[in-house]
Amino acid sequence: MPNETQPHLNVNGETLTIDDAWLGESLLYTLRERLGLYGSKNACEQGECGSCSIMLDETLVCACLVLTGSATGKDIKTIESLAPEGSLSTIQQAFVDTGAIQCGFCTPGLLITIKDFLDENTNPTDLEIREAISGNLCRCTGYGRIVEAVRIASKTHDETEGGN
Amino acid sequence: MTTIESYESKTKSGVGVSAQRPDAVPKATGEFPFSSDLSSHNMLWGQTLRSPYPSARIKNIDISEALSISGVHAILTANDVPGKNLFGLEHPDQPVLADDLIRYAGEPIALVAAEHPEIAAKAINAIHVTFEELTPLIDAESSITAEPIHPEGNVIRHLKIDYGDPSTTGDLVIEGTYEVGMQDQAFMGTESGMAVPSPDGSVDLYISTQWLHSDQNQIIEALDLPEDMVRLTLAGVGGAFGGREDVSMHVHLCMLALHTGRPVKMVYDRNESFLGHVHRHPAKIWYRHHATKDGHIVKVEGKIILDGGAYASTTSAVLANACCFSTGPYRVSSAQIEGWGVRTNNPPCGAMRGFGNVQTCFAIEAQMDKVASALGIDPVELRLINALEQGDSIITGQKITGAAPVKEVISSLAGHPMPGPAENNLLARPGGTGRTTDQKHIKRGVGFAVSIKNLMFAEGFDDSSEALCQVDDGNVAIHTACVEVGQGFITLVHQIAEEVLGTSDITVIPADTSIGSAGSTSASRQTWMSGGAVLKACEAVVVKLIEQIFEDEGVKYENLDGTLVSEDGTKTIPVAEALKGRSFHEKVVHRHAPTFPLNNKGQGDAHVSFAFAAHRAVVDVDQELGLVRVIEIATSQDVGRILNPLQAVGQIEGGITQGLGLAVLEELVMKNGVIQNANFTDYLLPTALDTPPIEIAALIEEPEPGAPFGAKGIGEPPTISSTPAVVAAIRDATGVDLRRVPVRPEDIALE
Repeated sequence: MPNETQPHLNVNGETLTIDDAWLGESLLYTLRERLGLYGSKNACEQGECGSCSIMLDETLVCACLVLTGSATGKDIKTIESLAPEGSLSTIQQAFVDTGAIQCGFCTPGLLITIKDFLDENTNPTDLEIREAISGNLCRCTGYGRIVEAVRIASKTHDETEGGN
Repeated sequence: MTTIESYESKTKSGVGVSAQRPDAVPKATGEFPFSSDLSSHNMLWGQTLRSPYPSARIKNIDISEALSISGVHAILTANDVPGKNLFGLEHPDQPVLADDLIRYAGEPIALVAAEHPEIAAKAINAIHVTFEELTPLIDAESSITAEPIHPEGNVIRHLKIDYGDPSTTGDLVIEGTYEVGMQDQAFMGTESGMAVPSPDGSVDLYISTQWLHSDQNQIIEALDLPEDMVRLTLAGVGGAFGGREDVSMHVHLCMLALHTGRPVKMVYDRNESFLGHVHRHPAKIWYRHHATKDGHIVKVEGKIILDGGAYASTTSAVLANACCFSTGPYRVSSAQIEGWGVRTNNPPCGAMRGFGNVQTCFAIEAQMDKVASALGIDPVELRLINALEQGDSIITGQKITGAAPVKEVISSLAGHPMPGPAENNLLARPGGTGRTTDQKHIKRGVGFAVSIKNLMFAEGFDDSSEALCQVDDGNVAIHTACVEVGQGFITLVHQIAEEVLGTSDITVIPADTSIGSAGSTSASRQTWMSGGAVLKACEAVVVKLIEQIFEDEGVKYENLDGTLVSEDGTKTIPVAEALKGRSFHEKVVHRHAPTFPLNNKGQGDAHVSFAFAAHRAVVDVDQELGLVRVIEIATSQDVGRILNPLQAVGQIEGGITQGLGLAVLEELVMKNGVIQNANFTDYLLPTALDTPPIEIAALIEEPEPGAPFGAKGIGEPPTISSTPAVVAAIRDATGVDLRRVPVRPEDIALE
């Protein structure tokens, strides 16, 4: 366990001690460049595209808009937590199966958003799905296969999977 | 350092099935390394100082304060460019770093390498440049006769097409002027990469790009290094759509790495990405269509002006497309077309999905609707009357020898069922929940549009792709320099190799410059070009396999669909089985049929092949509030043959969404040469709520002669006629004569 007085981040169930000097960086930068968790993506860094979506104390946020210092002591979950044992979660598998992935840059952020959404809404309509993912931009797919993936995942989604 | 691995396929599948992307799982887990995810021990961060002015003279650059900042390792300017301070995709006309004149807002002036991005940013702010501001040339039309802003002059290309008898007349003349705004590729992964220097003075560049060898050719000129001292490896690409065809940070990264002796990483932020790559050419288009009473388009006159911005990039080729296909997928007996691609002090424009055809298609399809309306003919019927067929000529005099199922595309789409009324939910209405509209104010409109796109490079370009099929003790590996940008070529490599060799155990070696060029991942060309090269390389292995067995056993075998059958028919062995324990190394270069330049009348067999698509859009509009909701876009497309149905659907849905974006959302807004909305808050990309369900009415499979497996490229057509279909639907709903895209609320709102 780290020294109580040192700042630390709780990421995907692990407690990581961080340097004071990092506290002024965005949480996205710290996750990526300090902790090597590159799964959260840096597409706009102004909270518009959702590519860096993570869970912060069970709230969906854009990591680019969170100051690392304000995330200390909070529970952080990133894309790296979705398939901890190496087997894909239902949502990840649905993305793979339906062709929801092209370049894949938006994929991690979308998966975090969708997991959060399906944890709350187990039987969504297409319009609800589109609304839920409307904060995540995708430039390749036109969203059709992504909506299809969520439809399929919603039928078998298990809230407990994905590192909870 | 983490780079793209050789992903092995786990799906047993040949050509024609929805094989799973081999990189889908690492992309779903977040493990796939994109170019922005590269890191290395001892790495520095690079940043670029760019001009805030569209036109200026650099009087002085003072780097002393910036250099004194702790953690700054290099500040480089034009004086530090080792070789020629020029680069360019078609020809070098653009400085690596501006040395005297600034020609667009965003032009790179100086580079910084520092320990941390924040230190680099501080250093950028501490570089003091004294500018003499000049008046920018921002109007494309006046550029033709204005004082040159570049030593090569303002007119990059002036092209005339003179086809048929110019004195041809019809019963009806329809004239119109149209404008297309500046669209951006807006790929999700911004430009990024890393250069790693070697002690011998060479450099390895890991970069997201569309064409490794074109990059390499431009970099070696600027660095003054031989080819073998600048090695490029593809880093994970977060989308491209044309915007990565030009060199961006490539030379800069190599300069910083060679100067500091340390690996240097650069990642553009979104603002810099908008400044750091070319955009879709804004266009002004004038047309005069002449038609007979019975609906035959007999003559088209047109003038097309494309704003190329400060540097040439691919303006010349974009203009050729705009002009060659300026009459659409329709048969005309006479056409007089004149086009200009010009320089201005606006941002440079170049390749974007649809490449010249997008601009003219918007205008042509508007004209077709006006002709139909004036003659009292149904717009779909008018298009059927004039649809090109195999054997017809386009206006360059080139005869269409391949498949041209234009009528099939139109008819299959026209017969597709229409969508019902929108869901009774605020979210489903124009403007959504944010700007509530009243159900009774909503009017529905339907629009139809058809397009033509040439596939692959044109006008005599020597276009090729090299592929290696290596069998090592029965293990198959395929190597090309073909760039995977998300389109799914990596899946096709597996499918094609499995189709020929019968094994699903195939390794795709990462794309780099250690093999010959694959050409660009653009122009809907890689399935034909690199797919063709992979096919030939695998087939060459089978030929060698048969020779080797003959040498070993004295039995002559023939290959029948992946099974070797002995001459006397008594022995059979699957190719995959026969490969076991054997080794081969077959490298082939694949070329398409030659093309030829256009002559001084714009005539010639300049193109390889053509693909056609039709789109039908249904919109709900609240004209009072100027709000549009696209309810559905349906399409039929000429695809030759489908190699992977799921990936084909992905290309079509994604391409249509970009067309929708140009129709109602996307424009880089310019003010006196400066982009006003270089961020995702103000440059509006379609979200999942802006994008309707996309219906595929039909994919017409008429195999294309000369194409590997008969498959046509499918990436671009979806983006071309989707835009005019949406605008036609808004016209239908509102009665407003919309002549410009994107259509803005104020363009349709009632006063």
